[in-house]
Amino acid sequence: MWSQLRSLGTVFKHLFTRVETVQYPEEMPYLAPRYRGRIVLTRDPDGDERCVACNLCAVACPVDCIALQKTEREDGRWYPEFFRINFSRCIMCGMCEEACPTYAIQLTPDFELCEYDRNNMVYEKEHLLIDGVGKYPDYSFWHVAGKAIDGKDKGEAQKEKPPVDVRSNLP
Amino acid sequence: MAKISVDGVEFDAKEGENLLQAVLSAQLELPYFCWHPSLGSVGACRQCAVIQYADEEDTQGRLIMACMTPVADGMRVSLEAAHARDFRASVIEWLMENHPHDCPVCEEGGECHLQDMTVMSGHTARRYRGNKRTFENQYLGPFLNHEMNRCITCYRCVRYYQDYAGGTDLQAFGSRARMYFGREEAGVLENPFSGNLVEVCPTGVFTDKPFSKTYTRKWDLQSAPSVCAGCAVGCNTIPSERYGRLKRVHNRYNGSVNGYFLCDRGRYGFGYVNDDARIHKVGVRAADGVFDVISAEEGEEKLGDIVRDGAIGIGSPRASLESNLALKVLVGEENFCTGLSSAEDALMRLILDVYECGGARIPTLAQVEEADAVLILGEDVLNTAPRVALAVRQSVRNESLEMAEQAGIPLWQEAGVRSHGRESASPLLVASLLPTELDELATHTCNGAPESLAAAGFAIAHRLNSAYAAGEELDGPTQSFVDDAAAVLSRAKRPLVISGTSLRNDGLIKAAANIAWALKAQGCDAGLLLTAAEANSCGVGMLGGGVDLDTALRAAAAGQALVVLENDVTRRADPDLVASAFSGSTAVAVLDSLENATTESASLVLPAATFAESTGTFVNYEGRAQRFFEVFAATGETAPAWRWLSKAGARAGRNDMHWQHVDQVVEAVASHPRLVGVADAAPNGGHRNAAGNRVPRAPHRYSGRTAMNAGVNIHEPKTQVDEETPLSYSMEGAMGDQPAALTSYVWSPGWNSNQSVFKFQQEVGGAMAGGDPGVRMLDAEPAQVDFAQRYRPLQTPIGAEGDGRFKLLPTHSIFGSEELSGRSQPIAERGPQAFIVLGAAEAARLQVAEGMGVRCPELDATFAVRVEESLAEGLAVVAMGLGGLGDEVPSERVTLEPDPEFVPPTTLIARG
Ligand code: SF4
Ligand code: SF4
Ligand code: SF4
Ligand code: SF4
Ligand code: FES
Repeated sequence: MWSQLRSLGTVFKHLFTRVETVQYPEEMPYLAPRYRGRIVLTRDPDGDERCVACNLCAVACPVDCIALQKTEREDGRWYPEFFRINFSRCIMCGMCEEACPTYAIQLTPDFELCEYDRNNMVYEKEHLLIDGVGKYPDYSFWHVAGKAIDGKDKGEAQKEKPPVDVRSNLP
Repeated sequence: MAKISVDGVEFDAKEGENLLQAVLSAQLELPYFCWHPSLGSVGACRQCAVIQYADEEDTQGRLIMACMTPVADGMRVSLEAAHARDFRASVIEWLMENHPHDCPVCEEGGECHLQDMTVMSGHTARRYRGNKRTFENQYLGPFLNHEMNRCITCYRCVRYYQDYAGGTDLQAFGSRARMYFGREEAGVLENPFSGNLVEVCPTGVFTDKPFSKTYTRKWDLQSAPSVCAGCAVGCNTIPSERYGRLKRVHNRYNGSVNGYFLCDRGRYGFGYVNDDARIHKVGVRAADGVFDVISAEEGEEKLGDIVRDGAIGIGSPRASLESNLALKVLVGEENFCTGLSSAEDALMRLILDVYECGGARIPTLAQVEEADAVLILGEDVLNTAPRVALAVRQSVRNESLEMAEQAGIPLWQEAGVRSHGRESASPLLVASLLPTELDELATHTCNGAPESLAAAGFAIAHRLNSAYAAGEELDGPTQSFVDDAAAVLSRAKRPLVISGTSLRNDGLIKAAANIAWALKAQGCDAGLLLTAAEANSCGVGMLGGGVDLDTALRAAAAGQALVVLENDVTRRADPDLVASAFSGSTAVAVLDSLENATTESASLVLPAATFAESTGTFVNYEGRAQRFFEVFAATGETAPAWRWLSKAGARAGRNDMHWQHVDQVVEAVASHPRLVGVADAAPNGGHRNAAGNRVPRAPHRYSGRTAMNAGVNIHEPKTQVDEETPLSYSMEGAMGDQPAALTSYVWSPGWNSNQSVFKFQQEVGGAMAGGDPGVRMLDAEPAQVDFAQRYRPLQTPIGAEGDGRFKLLPTHSIFGSEELSGRSQPIAERGPQAFIVLGAAEAARLQVAEGMGVRCPELDATFAVRVEESLAEGLAVVAMGLGGLGDEVPSERVTLEPDPEFVPPTTLIARG
């Protein structure tokens, strides 16, 4: 008897507390930028594909849902010939983002990934690649890496000396 | 055996061995860079520092380089002492100061010894804030990428390339912090063993260029133990696949065969597996001459129909023993031919006869390296059995090794050994048709036509033991070569005679046998190495056929049905004979993997799996049966040839070849008295380790499994179950305790690079744990034969006949002469333009000079001229496999005429 009254009391009290329920989807909740939802591939500040097809995200992925193949552009940049994420397997753990040495792969706050057809959960590069830099506006891997590409020769990356003249003996 | 104490724990070690090797053999972890088991120690990198204590009282000790310190009994060292650890951490930090931020775009990443050693030394954060030194790279040809920024100056590359492989066009330049390892100017790296730099360089300076184009990390590669299909040496390899394409071939250590190194034909000659000209469907020629695609069942039925009333079967030295046996059983011994050309078949029989006499030891490659005098009779091994040439190169060092030993210099003390024995080399005698690349090492050389080389060989045997008959009179230089050879060889303790089939001359093989036998009779441990041309020449020779190729083709021309197994017969027989066989035969069924001239003429084509998509056995030059395993499943209707043949047999109502499983075929092969050993070449499909596990084909971090097929179908396919082998098609299973023949990749915790192979060896640089893979089947006790009388010289010298026509003789090119590797892009790029070698007099008569062209109307071919002073009149040497030539030269003399329209070869290879 006492416990039933207490329950009634608790319920009654809740009539006056603040409502936590969000009327999704009419009302969208705020999700911080670091929220881990749908994965995107971002671009360099200069607009080129960031991903260098290093495969680190794929190997970091605990459910093995990333597959890609490296290829190379005329200008020397490595990039993925295809890049596929199977979102029906992805657990939004963010390990890929942590592993990525170029900040190419990023998780976004978009979690609305439901599909009637499971096949639509497979995202290819054309679905993943966005036009912006995502959370890291400034970073450009190729300006740090030692490998030369067109427009950034040996010695022109950050913190590099000009190439050694092997034939000179001067200090 | 010495006892050493390492961090207070006692270990056994070999007295005098270097401490680094001892420590690694004891399965302890110590970082190193510049030491390599085959290259010895030079103490250049300072990474292997440990503390040595004078005695039990000594608590301070002193820092030593483990790789430069010989093991002594009672030695006390510490790997873990703080001082040693700090020192090693500092060394790696210095090495990494200028290291580029490249790992994500570095082909070495994930199998980088530098990464491994950095982690092992505990260097995790860069403190250096200065600017990094950079270098320009060089274009090095179709095999290798160059990225000098990643160099750590360990000197391994030049030590391998110059000292071990004898290359001259890779050097160390500059000084201090500006050391540069490359060519004097950009250009193709010429040494035919250059590909090993990929594995020798501990960093990503030299990486595999074709592999890089569609690069895959090591952890994503599906691999299986395999055997190189490039020649009869049978080097052990690890081919790797991803997304249905063969991506690369790496060395698989076998202490008795290839050790740590492959040749470039073996490493880069697999491209045909991915070729667009691959046959994946069954085709039958319709009335209009075009191929119609039919189903696999219809194909089996058709093949069954063709063989039902008897057919001629042509086997192949590039197909597995299993497939050859299946064809032999299907058509019957009397209708089966080995697929070797008639000339080569006769030589193969001769070689087996020689070996079965048991008169001399058949050396492994490791034993070739130990020979203290080598005579090469006629065979241009660098171009026909390349890895043998690299082994011969090492044998020349034995003299200086012996000198070092007498001077008390440990043999691993590379710089000491090399400078002490600078000028001294063990004798190498090269008798060849044309000058060879090994001549630079040779103490004695002689050139001549095959017949005169054979005569020289018989004369050497006669000199060694007069019971062996001498041949004809020799000219002055040849006679002095003979005198020197006899003198040098009889002084040796482990002399070795090398010859082979490539000049298609039986006298050479007989003479080589006589020399080896005569030496053996003098009481030394003589070796006799006779090479054949292709990966399974020896195997198919041991299997044997009832008819030779020409007879088989004549039977087909007379109206017999023909089944051709993985063989482009147009390369091996007279074109007219082949044409008449194809037109006269009631039906020509061809099983092959690539379109070629023979499949073009077939009435039925069945897609056969390559070495990468099937399991089978090759027998190498020493009679060693070695199993190669399926790396990945074949696409389309492609199946191992033996399976097509067995199914066709079943359709034709045969009940003796109902093979479902490769092990059943292996058993059938092993029922052949000569080939009993084949069954033990590798564990059969039922093998599991003690815990019941298979050996995985994929590393445990194989990625992308739930996405790689999702583009086609979101429903993940069931992992393919391997019904045939003890390997699994996934990362499931256990790697580490498998028999060596099942090593599908090398990896050990903390050792992601191929350096981890020492974890699978009995001792560092020794045999694989459990014994080196393969079973030798030709070792024979000396037979009751009169060795001296068995092979007698019988040669008619061929001179010019004065009619202005030329006798053609064959020569070979490591790149381009072998059929399948020659169709792989990087090899084709390195292959020379079709060439002909003429004597100086003949060139003058034809009014051509080096670089000009001559035409041969009979062959309908044009060649670039090379002039060789020594070549006799009436002779011309052509490179096999190039410019439309096959594996045989025509037996009739041909005419040659200058070709004014000839365009000289362009030496410029497109950059990229
Ligand atoms: S880790 Fe980053 S750069 Fe590397 S493959 Fe993945 S997305 Fe591309
Ligand atoms: S050599 Fe090794 S450490 Fe250097 S960039 Fe390549 S993978 Fe990284
Ligand atoms: S290129 Fe490679 S092998 Fe040569 S010194 Fe540099 S790191 Fe060593
Ligand atoms: S020597 Fe022969 S078997 Fe060895 S890698 Fe070269 S081609 Fe292959
Ligand atoms: S491995 Fe000992 S100094 Fe390099």
